[in-house]
Amino acid sequence: MRLTPDQSSRIRRKPRVEFTFDDLPVSGHDGESLMVALMRSGHLHLRDAPEDGGARGAFCCMGLCQECVVRIDGTVVESCRYAVAQGLTVTSLRQKS
Amino acid sequence: MMQNTDIAVIGAGPAGANAALTAARHSLSVTLLDEQPTAGGQVWRAKSTAILDAPNTPETVAGSRLRQEIDDSLVTHIGAARIWQIERSEKGWNLYVLRQGRSEVLHARALIIATGAREFVQPAPGWTTPGVLGLAGATALFKQEMTLPGKRTIVSGTGPLVFFVASEIRRLGGEVAAIITPNSRGDWLRCLPAMVSRPDLLLRGARWIADLILGGIPIWWRHAVTRVEGQTQVASIEFRKLTADWSPTGPARRVEGDSLCLGNGLLPATEAAQLAGLWLEYSLQLGGWVPCQVADGGTDIGGLFLCGDGTGIRGAAAAEIHGRLAGLSAVQHLGADTRAERDRLRAAFHRAARFGMAMTSLGIPRPGLLRLTTDETIVCRCESLSRTDIAAEISSGAGSTNAVKSGLRAGMGPCGGKFCQTTVARMIAETEGCTEADVPPPTPRPPLRPVPVAALAGDFRYSELPIPKPAPL
Repeated sequence: MRLTPDQSSRIRRKPRVEFTFDDLPVSGHDGESLMVALMRSGHLHLRDAPEDGGARGAFCCMGLCQECVVRIDGTVVESCRYAVAQGLTVTSLRQKS
Repeated sequence: MMQNTDIAVIGAGPAGANAALTAARHSLSVTLLDEQPTAGGQVWRAKSTAILDAPNTPETVAGSRLRQEIDDSLVTHIGAARIWQIERSEKGWNLYVLRQGRSEVLHARALIIATGAREFVQPAPGWTTPGVLGLAGATALFKQEMTLPGKRTIVSGTGPLVFFVASEIRRLGGEVAAIITPNSRGDWLRCLPAMVSRPDLLLRGARWIADLILGGIPIWWRHAVTRVEGQTQVASIEFRKLTADWSPTGPARRVEGDSLCLGNGLLPATEAAQLAGLWLEYSLQLGGWVPCQVADGGTDIGGLFLCGDGTGIRGAAAAEIHGRLAGLSAVQHLGADTRAERDRLRAAFHRAARFGMAMTSLGIPRPGLLRLTTDETIVCRCESLSRTDIAAEISSGAGSTNAVKSGLRAGMGPCGGKFCQTTVARMIAETEGCTEADVPPPTPRPPLRPVPVAALAGDFRYSELPIPKPAPL
């Protein structure tokens, strides 16, 4: 018995679009945050810490911590504040992938 | 686009949006700025455009109502705008606004700051592992994207947020592996007298907990996560019992999961108020350092007003009313008499604040919490500085967070110190045998948010750069 019903089947999302993350094909729903599309596809390790090389990924989910940054068209962007679109080429800030 | 406005409001959550709406009803031009594209703040964060339809929750209903009110009003709402510098001018305030990759200046006769709260997470070994999200951060994920942090999530932290997050994971179809909270059942019982003023919220919380118990999900009261394991993603966590002062004790237990939501209450976001010139004062009951303020959202600086959780953590219901009070105070400053209106709101504000502050009390850190941060634990995420690194700086004489920052760069990285400074201050207090209130708070410097150099440099061609004639050899 549950008092909090599972409502996942009642969520309708926009169609999926395709993009790449470190040359791997990834899909996400048009307009959702890049962080979420990557997270759902199992890509949590987005960068390595510059000082000790430790694996890092999304943490604050609201544009403060800068842990989820990735590179698009040569610019470093917060993936939690960047919307997914068809054909994006996204690169991680991992030291070696 | 934006040059002049009577009143500028920073932050479009329940406080700032209500301040803006109230002021706009008094025939003043009001510009409401927020870094999110749509209004609502963190508590009523709007769904992303990727979601076409989804069941409503109390948060979506309140947020939609607020956004409709703004659409129907004369308030100029500017979303996806980040304030990175605030200056006083002869006639009021200059706000430096980063928007669509460009920096612009907005001049306002009066300024209302409603920057809300951010999350405090006590560092524990492995808290930098991908798959560890802030507890409040996870709510942003649910509200905006309706997406789960993983397949099997451990939820840990203080106050009601831990139960809200667990409940949302279940509503979105995920699995909660365990709930681990430093609070005891007794801590909650002590909040009951303040909670009965909002039977609706009390009932909602009781339902969350009842659902978890019925679902057979373990709730570990008076426990905390002491280690996160996993190389490039969370694999499992260790947790231990806490003593009355929240020091970890006894053997470690383990639970497996691919994600962890971890938080230890909210802190008022005071940087904008500090840049505007306000001093801070310490209030444990309000969540830590808060800007010096007077009644009804006023301050000692003419034309500067504050409201919402950025003035002390009192919750969304209090923030709405506080926003109206601050909006009316700003209107008063610009010439209209709003005293009678404010008199009518004050009692409701204090009533709502009582509930919110009872919830805040559950997150008040006890001294033992700092022991979760072991010597090798990273404290400053940006610079990968461990507790040992920071302790060495403190023992060599750094008596303030600013001194630690100068010596080590802890707090100088991309996050601007937002996730390390509180822990550093508490380490200093412990070392010096004083309280956090005795450690000078961090001094924020612009930019308040990262600013791309291109936004400041503007458009130019290299051929347009003046090149002085070379000096004769």
